[in-house]
Amino acid sequence: MKLGHKDLLGLEHVSREEISLILDTAESFKEISTRRIKKVPTLRGKTVINLFVEPSTRTRTSFEIAGKRLSADVINFTTSASSFVKGETLRDTAQTLQSMAPDIIVIRHSAAGAPHILARLLQASIINAGDGAHEHPTQALLDMLSIREKKGRLEGLKVAIVGDISHSRVARSNIFGMTTMGMSVAIGGPPMMIPRDLEKLGVTVHYRLADAIQDADVVMMLRIQFERQASSLFPSIREYARFYSLTRDTIGLAKDDVIIMHPGPINRGVEIAPDIADGPSSIILDQVTNGVAVRMALLYLLGGGTE
Amino acid sequence: MGKELTVVMDAQGIERCIERIAYEIRENNEGAQDLVIIGIRAGGILLADRLSTMLRDIEGTEIPTGVLDITLYRDDLLSGTGKPKLGKTEIPFSLDGKIVVLVDDVIFTGRTIRAAMDALIDFGRPKRIQLAVLIDRGHRELPISPDYVGKSLPSSLWEKVVVELSPSPGNDRIIIEN
Repeated sequence: MKLGHKDLLGLEHVSREEISLILDTAESFKEISTRRIKKVPTLRGKTVINLFVEPSTRTRTSFEIAGKRLSADVINFTTSASSFVKGETLRDTAQTLQSMAPDIIVIRHSAAGAPHILARLLQASIINAGDGAHEHPTQALLDMLSIREKKGRLEGLKVAIVGDISHSRVARSNIFGMTTMGMSVAIGGPPMMIPRDLEKLGVTVHYRLADAIQDADVVMMLRIQFERQASSLFPSIREYARFYSLTRDTIGLAKDDVIIMHPGPINRGVEIAPDIADGPSSIILDQVTNGVAVRMALLYLLGGGTE
Repeated sequence: MGKELTVVMDAQGIERCIERIAYEIRENNEGAQDLVIIGIRAGGILLADRLSTMLRDIEGTEIPTGVLDITLYRDDLLSGTGKPKLGKTEIPFSLDGKIVVLVDDVIFTGRTIRAAMDALIDFGRPKRIQLAVLIDRGHRELPISPDYVGKSLPSSLWEKVVVELSPSPGNDRIIIEN
């Protein structure tokens, strides 16, 4: 069993079979995190480099735990974003990395396409942990694993993704992955936060929260970044929350057994009301647990290389 | 050149082996106190179930039974481009202080058992580990030997020994493919 490519750069070109393989493998990995000794020797002697040019504690920690539970040597290589200029310094970084002979490089970068450059230049397997606003495939995979776990299937489910879609790589990867798996995706948000022609990706677009979450099996709320307010994308946080926040009142339009998701970190009271975030329909914490399992699955499937 | 199939044991023979092994386990351990049975995925699962049922009928107590997937402990993972399909390990009980009877259908090089023991030690500290197999086909590459054997079947390296067990025991058989 193998993935069709040496890297995971995004979900846009990943097939249904490959996604199923990753999810099935991740499921088997979940059990390891419940053992007393949370370690298996599978990637012993393999080197995993976490190259986080755009800082992140949560995703980086998740990858670090995943690698260590597989007995890999995980090295965190973080650089301040200001020292990277377009593609040139990335190439130098790539050559430096190559001389360390890593097996897998996990990269998060503020420039879309940075993982793709590394994938071309290096023999190592590259995992995209988020490139600009482009893709964040491991998040989408853990989201789908979480949904499949709770609902027993993916095909035919209706998912609503609400928030600042245009700046969200999480939304993009989920759109690619979920449409591939036969789910129907409804996008909700203010018009200035939804890219034009998004319907071309096979989703429906709604500017009212009610329309997006109508009869949804899954509602995924995205984090509103306060910096966007400074750049006048919306007048005020309170106004955004008034129209697009998921609260006890608005959630009623979705199905009774709806599950609530959020990639984190949540802004309580902004895109999601605290009682919903902590309520019985919320699977936000399960998403985090599944994140480690999905990343272990990817390191397992991609690591090892060819000999 | 087609495959030559020889049936070396039929359903009845298999049933008798399992029964004898169950009695041997019981005798060796003076009962079923602290006994647990772990079947190695995939060939040992049904066998472990059958043994567990048989021991339960003989002893009158339920024996905790689990499934161990050894894929992550294999010593041949790093070669080749594909990865074997990972299955689930289900051991919902503690192994500390227990007598673990590892069960597999065929023992060959012994590497699977080596991997299984490494996995078990990561789970806890069994009092003892014993090994039950239906077929010992020889060609060991590691110093590992089973405590309970259904049948010793010396084989050639180019032969394939296949144990076919199904949930309905009437169709069981053991064959050698050439």
